[in-house]
Amino acid sequence: MTNFLYQPKDANGPVFKAPWEATAFSLVIALHKSGTFTWLEWANYLTVKIESAQAQGDADIGDTYYEHWLSALEAIAQEKKLTDVSELVQRIEQWRSAYLNTPHGQAVELNASV
Amino acid sequence: MSNSEDHDHDHDHDHDHDHDHTALPSELELRVKALESLLIEKGLVNPETLNEIIDTYEHRVGPRNGAQVVAKAWTSAEFRQALLTDATDAVASLGFMGRQGEHLKVVANSDDVHNLVVCTLCSCYPWTVLGLPPAWYKSAPYRSRAVSEPRAVLAEFGTHLADTTRVQVWDSTAELRYLVLPQRPAGTEGWSEAQLAELVTRNAMIGVEVVNPPETNEVRG
Repeated sequence: MTNFLYQPKDANGPVFKAPWEATAFSLVIALHKSGTFTWLEWANYLTVKIESAQAQGDADIGDTYYEHWLSALEAIAQEKKLTDVSELVQRIEQWRSAYLNTPHGQAVELNASV
Repeated sequence: MSNSEDHDHDHDHDHDHDHDHTALPSELELRVKALESLLIEKGLVNPETLNEIIDTYEHRVGPRNGAQVVAKAWTSAEFRQALLTDATDAVASLGFMGRQGEHLKVVANSDDVHNLVVCTLCSCYPWTVLGLPPAWYKSAPYRSRAVSEPRAVLAEFGTHLADTTRVQVWDSTAELRYLVLPQRPAGTEGWSEAQLAELVTRNAMIGVEVVNPPETNEVRG
């Protein structure tokens, strides 16, 4: 796999601060594996997000790396017509609502949002 | 995965114990969930492929923190005592617990008792010390069978205990997570913490396995 310049890693590969970071990372690997985009394409999207964050004063690259990764993933998913803004926004609200409507201890399901 | 997901209580926020709904994940987590569920729903990402990839990286979250905790408890009687008295504090003293609202309890294995951790309700898991929960930990069969027939579950992991060893099952909650302190294997006398930590597996800290003695008695360099 391609190594990305700023990606937090140790001798054995990438490291993550939280599970969502690993999921975001894995989604990109899965989309690349299925041929949705090349590594070069992905690297370009990621670079754009990182550079624009840097331009806006993002100092700690390591800490916010996967925020940029996620923004780049949302951007490339829209560019490739996998989804669009309104669908994403709607789905985020559905998940939020599902969490709020699910009693503690039960699995959170999307249909709990309605 | 698809549209259903166990909540892992792995969000960066303070739990509010007064609310009875499931605690809301961070905005970043919600964005990931939205994308993940849409891509799976549309068949753009195969959930099995995704799970395989996540499995590969799950141990890279908070990598190996738990193993270091165990190794330290094996080499320092003082730390072991502190860990068993107040694991939340002891683990925080190593810099591994960045989160609030949850407590960690460490349960020690001995010749008399073997501890096994499960979350029967969902999939509460001390991921700051263990990384992401494995898929089987979140599965319904493990969640029910760990309680109803723990020895059979252990046998499936290749763990066969003496008849005289009692199995104690600990059911995790959002507020209290468990970490098993396995028995230090024979043949590791004089080993450093770092060497010992390499022997400690995630499964041993959940309690489905024991830490096996090293294959040779040579001290690894």
